Amino acid sequence: MPWTTVQVEKLDNFFIKGDSTGDRVLTYRDALHEAFDQSMERDTKVFIMGEGVDDIAGVFGTTKGLKEKYGSNRVFDTPIAENSLTGIAAGAAMAGLRPVFIHARMDFLLLSLDQLVNHASKWCYMFGGKVKVPLVVRTISARGWGSGAQHSQCIQGMLMNVPGLKIVAPATPYDAKGLMVSAIIDNNPVLFVEHRWLHKTTGNVPKEMYSIPIGKGVIRREGEDITIVAVSYMLVEALKAAEKLQESGISAEIVDLRTLKPFDEEILLESVAKTGRLLIADTGCKTGSVASEIAAFAAEKAFHLLKKPVKRVCCPDTPTPTSDVLEKAFYPGDEHIFNVAMNLVKK
Amino acid sequence: MEKSKLIEMYKTMQLIRLIEQRINDEYKYDEIKTPIHLSIGQEAVAAGVCIHLRKDDYIFGTHRSHAQYIAKGGDIKKMIAELYLRKTGCARGRGGSMHLVDPDVGILGSSAIVGGSIPLGTGTALASKLMNNDRVTVVFFGDGAVDEGTFHESLNFAALKKLPVVYVCENNFYAINSHQLSRQVGDNIYKWAQNYGMPGFRIDGNDVLEVSDYAQKAISRCRRGEGPTFLECLTYRWKGHIGTVDDVGDGYRPREEYDYWVSKCPIKWFSEFLKDTGVLTDEHIKNIDQEIYDLIDEAFNYAQNSPKPSPDELLNFVYAD
Ligand SMILES: Cc1ncc(C[n+]2csc(CCOP(=O)(O)OP(=O)(O)O)c2C)c(N)n1
Ligand SMILES: [Mg+2]
Repeated sequence: MPWTTVQVEKLDNFFIKGDSTGDRVLTYRDALHEAFDQSMERDTKVFIMGEGVDDIAGVFGTTKGLKEKYGSNRVFDTPIAENSLTGIAAGAAMAGLRPVFIHARMDFLLLSLDQLVNHASKWCYMFGGKVKVPLVVRTISARGWGSGAQHSQCIQGMLMNVPGLKIVAPATPYDAKGLMVSAIIDNNPVLFVEHRWLHKTTGNVPKEMYSIPIGKGVIRREGEDITIVAVSYMLVEALKAAEKLQESGISAEIVDLRTLKPFDEEILLESVAKTGRLLIADTGCKTGSVASEIAAFAAEKAFHLLKKPVKRVCCPDTPTPTSDVLEKAFYPGDEHIFNVAMNLVKK
Repeated sequence: MEKSKLIEMYKTMQLIRLIEQRINDEYKYDEIKTPIHLSIGQEAVAAGVCIHLRKDDYIFGTHRSHAQYIAKGGDIKKMIAELYLRKTGCARGRGGSMHLVDPDVGILGSSAIVGGSIPLGTGTALASKLMNNDRVTVVFFGDGAVDEGTFHESLNFAALKKLPVVYVCENNFYAINSHQLSRQVGDNIYKWAQNYGMPGFRIDGNDVLEVSDYAQKAISRCRRGEGPTFLECLTYRWKGHIGTVDDVGDGYRPREEYDYWVSKCPIKWFSEFLKDTGVLTDEHIKNIDQEIYDLIDEAFNYAQNSPKPSPDELLNFVYAD
């Protein structure tokens, strides 16, 4: 199924149903920019903060020009103080605003875990639902050119273990816009996981504001023989692998969960019921990854449907090396997915 | 200051400058596959501080730590090999430009997380105190790191425990494109240190003699067990934040500001000083520079001809033996 024909459901009254049948093409980056622009236009409570959000580069172009349009009260640069700023954003959210706090690298999110995990994500429950924290934390994972151990991490798996935190990881321009709109109107802390390699991808994106429900996955490609669940950038690799598998006579079904927590269990069960084989490709390290969680879910709820053991295609459990040779060995790609899938469908 | 030390500082600054320029020139060939942050313009800080350090003293640096590595006596061949991500690199190709290391001369590694090495350097100083030795630690970081909690928490602890650490803030006024004034009220970095209970000074980071003077006092104070000192060194990076681009004009740094700082070139000033005071002649300088060029050629040759790591080594070093 093409990205543009994703069924959009209404979440609440704010929601505008997306028309994705048009032929308007945007990059992931511009789709995000549009989501911010339209969200800020619609609701004056929305504001953006983070390192360099108002500078000439504008977080890879995603926030460019927004300060000029909405003023420096609503789009502002911050000190390099991730932990406190997360708390500051959370506090502003408690007071009724809708902050979007941006980390140019997911690695910097690690500095803010106290405020994100101990505070923002717990607040609603800890106080019996009396205070809500409608906060969006946007993070971008980098990759390649020696980004190295401290500038390329994909730690979404680690954060699956945080109750109260929603995690979305759109892989297409259409989803980037729709899920950003949803993340902003959601009344909970939402971690918005981006991958730098997705920013340049293009797809059809309607001009109107629309949202994509959090917790809803989508089938990117229908197939019969094997289910491939692909997280974030791994979708691109999985789609390439599916093409190759097709040439070898294997029909792969590609599931894009889009939301990692809470994820769409139904779509997974339906797909595995059809194929009986499950491969999960994640951008993070293997142990404790999103793939691990999905595999555990499959073991619990889809055991009877599986014909083969579940396979995870992830980065190995090592810090990211800087060397180009080692980077190449470190990152699994379409070939890796192809090989593992071939093995799974082998009689 | 003795003549030999003055010459040593000149050599260090010039070595930093010429290595950085060579890296700048080679970068376009795409063989240095790692993000680089050049220290051109900021040479005097590392040179003026490290001249007073012993081999067994520690330093910690940041994403921009070529200068400190060189000034502390880090192995140049291994540094360039690391930039080329070779097996012979100081971090065996696992680190790249932002992660230089040479434990033989007290360089335990630089961190690319802003503020990340301030606690670590405070920790080596704690170890010196607990082990009752007189090894000193110098932590280098930028004005951006002052925004982080680690800066404040570490300074407080170091003052509390009277640790032998010198905090050296290379204030080049910018964190990527963010000016200091968009992140901090006023320009009072050194006053933080005073409030945490340690001597704090603002000095001209482009004047290697002033840096050296203050660093010497701070380091001696550490050796005497009298506790930490903070030096805010005002300086300026000539190149853009990352890579080899320039970031002057057009919504980036103001042209007049850049021109002013280039006119305050730390090396030009110091070489004039050395000539005026009869320490060096043009002839001397020419010879020194030639030696440096040779050293750099040798390092680049070594790096370019070194083997890359092999893919089957990927999982090595995740844990220590
Ligand atoms: C914790 C963290 N946040 C953000 C960044 C992104 N970042 C890399 S360098 C830099 C600016 C640092 O400025 P400064 O400390 O003044 O050092 P300079 O680059 O000027 O030498 C930033 C924000 C980072 N590396 N680590
Ligand atoms: Mg700076």
